[in-house]
Amino acid sequence: MSWRLSSNRREFLRSAAGLTLGSALLRSSFARAANVPRKKKVVVVTFGGGARDQETFSPEGQENIPNMMRDLLPRATFFTQVVNRGILGHYVATASLATGVYETINNFAALPPANPTVFEYYRKDLRRPSSDAWVVAPSNGFNRIGESNHRSYGEGTGARVILPKFLLKAAMSDRGADYEHLLRDNYENPYYTPELGNREFELQQLEMILKLSAADFKAHAKTLSSPDELSLYIVRQLIRQVAPSILWITMHDIDVAHAGAYSLYIEGIQRTDRLCAELWKLLENEPEYSGKTTLLVLPDFGRDADDDAGGNGFQHHRTGDLAARTTWLMAIGPGIREGIVYDRAVESIDLVPTLGAMLRFSPSFAQGKPISELV
Amino acid sequence: MLPRDLQPEHFRAYPSEARKLATESIPALRRLPLSFLPNLLREIIEYDFKFPAERAALIKELTSLGALSDAQVADLFGGFSRITLSTQLENVDWVNSPAQFVEQLSGHLWTTHQLDAFRIAATKYADRMNAAVAAEPPPIPRLGISIIGQGAGSFDGPLFRKLRPYGTYFSRVKPDNGLSLLLDAVTARAKGHPVPYGHWYIDGGEPAVNDSTLTCISYGALKPTRAALLARIRSEIERPGMGPEALRSTMAQLRPADLGVHSTGNDVLERFQLKLLTEGSGTQLFSTSFAQWAAREVLRRAQPFTLLVRFAPRQRQKPMNELLAAMENQPETDSAGSLVDEDMGAYYNWLNQQRLPGAEKSCFLVWFEDHNSALAIGPSMPRGTKSDSEADLGRLFTWLL
Repeated sequence: MSWRLSSNRREFLRSAAGLTLGSALLRSSFARAANVPRKKKVVVVTFGGGARDQETFSPEGQENIPNMMRDLLPRATFFTQVVNRGILGHYVATASLATGVYETINNFAALPPANPTVFEYYRKDLRRPSSDAWVVAPSNGFNRIGESNHRSYGEGTGARVILPKFLLKAAMSDRGADYEHLLRDNYENPYYTPELGNREFELQQLEMILKLSAADFKAHAKTLSSPDELSLYIVRQLIRQVAPSILWITMHDIDVAHAGAYSLYIEGIQRTDRLCAELWKLLENEPEYSGKTTLLVLPDFGRDADDDAGGNGFQHHRTGDLAARTTWLMAIGPGIREGIVYDRAVESIDLVPTLGAMLRFSPSFAQGKPISELV
Repeated sequence: MLPRDLQPEHFRAYPSEARKLATESIPALRRLPLSFLPNLLREIIEYDFKFPAERAALIKELTSLGALSDAQVADLFGGFSRITLSTQLENVDWVNSPAQFVEQLSGHLWTTHQLDAFRIAATKYADRMNAAVAAEPPPIPRLGISIIGQGAGSFDGPLFRKLRPYGTYFSRVKPDNGLSLLLDAVTARAKGHPVPYGHWYIDGGEPAVNDSTLTCISYGALKPTRAALLARIRSEIERPGMGPEALRSTMAQLRPADLGVHSTGNDVLERFQLKLLTEGSGTQLFSTSFAQWAAREVLRRAQPFTLLVRFAPRQRQKPMNELLAAMENQPETDSAGSLVDEDMGAYYNWLNQQRLPGAEKSCFLVWFEDHNSALAIGPSMPRGTKSDSEADLGRLFTWLL
């Protein structure tokens, strides 16, 4: 099985013109370091909700991600094997990505990660204010993703978390049918809805930080078609009003696959593809970000393989097979080589050490290793 | 309690046939590690409600386990024996609630990073057992039929993309009386080889008139059960402290009578249909998900000789609370999206059929309902080819089988 997957990976992106195999290149970190701006910013996007290679970057899936193929990939370094050896639940997997340790917290409980997050390392080591690290996430449990309960870090030392759906709920005095499509939540256990946060606090975030009136927010939300579009709208405001140095965005529309409708899963991928390209365009056009921002895009994990009898193909991520555990990573920005594909395996937990090396902080409890080709 | 302590009285609460089977198998069961045994008990406790093919397979498996020497047991179950369990797991009533144990075991394996070790052990066991107690191939080549695109207009995109490498694509199929011809063909097979639960017709909507020799289930006929289940879910999630795991356990324990299903005397089929709704994901809400999952479960469990699946358009996606709310009589459907779902569903139907014995002789047909496109897979069909021959579905059948 591992051989077969590896063999397929060599075919990865073969049709994308102009890409070079990374192993053929000599490293020149000195040359790249000279190109790295001093006030660096990082934006991480989890291409979320679990996406398989075969519907994304494999030859048959590339039709679903035309924007990333056309606008991002030629300018990116791409890793074809990012292995997640942890628990394949969205919250716990995202927490693992954010801590660099395979977390074991309950996927469906609103619990903080046990190990320090990237945001805590960054803020403590570089003495940055809370306004400099933000998370935009779907609402199911992700409200605790910003900081751990680690005794050396914890409360008040992490990222501020913004939950667009909570904002929208807070902005509405009653739930109108016009917004229901933006409030979809938790496809993995669709019947479970977490508690609504403090309405006053949410409204305060909206008006004080994002400089949005509830009325304007509601009016714009009405023009959007999905929760992830709502997230990107909030990201746009956050970038313009706060300009954090670390911004973490968790997409989740794709996880509609749990309902078993392939067309909805594909629509989710196509939408996320478009939103990623829009985000990069936004970063390039904003003075606070242009020329000094690295964007990293990766799924939290994949989904079960069609040929694994223990699962039901794309619908779930329950078997823990290679297809569910193996995804990709795309990095783009100053100092990142353009149009390079690396076939060697890296791990999900390598992300935090890589960010540490990029931004010069020490993620001392993280268990992964910096991805040398990116730092 | 550990497996070596098992006594006949521990199975008092099992249904009658399951109790007899478990009691007779105690010597074999006592030798199995706790990380494995509840998986087997989960099958045994359901014995009274299993299809004939499942019963035969379970008896073969238990007989084979009983015949193993101690050294063979140690070798076969070494991987499972090395799985460490928590005290909490050991204290679960795994004899009477094996499914709950397995669910908790799954969480334990994930959190203790033992899932891969468990997968390796389980794969080894399945491979050895499949070799030792391989099911017989069917007396006639297995036949699967998937009918997709009911009510869909023309479709410009390529259909059957995943299946085309394995069979012949027919572009000039005469669609007249297509459904009738296909139902007649499967009925003829059912009459020629009458076996309980050997020939199935699954419909994602309201079923067409069909012969009683076919076992028929449909999304349409289950509407009252689906409505009762959704009402039950709404009521459960309003209870304080109800979380996803608790809700899943509650749903898994539901019996047909809990949802007002009037007994037809066929407990096996009633239980099966209920499980499709309580254990499947999306099957309560989307007809396409129901038809695909039902086909998967029929193939896995009943191992039929013949399976005809006719998909029907699903309702348009809406927010979950709207989908859970009172069921509409005529919900708005998504024909274009459904066709994509069904095309993938047909591929999964074929994959699941090919996992059964006799795969090398199996035949499969997928047809775009009321249109000219079909694809046939079987020993007589050249792979990856296209035929412009004009034929109705009856004729196509004669070429396929």
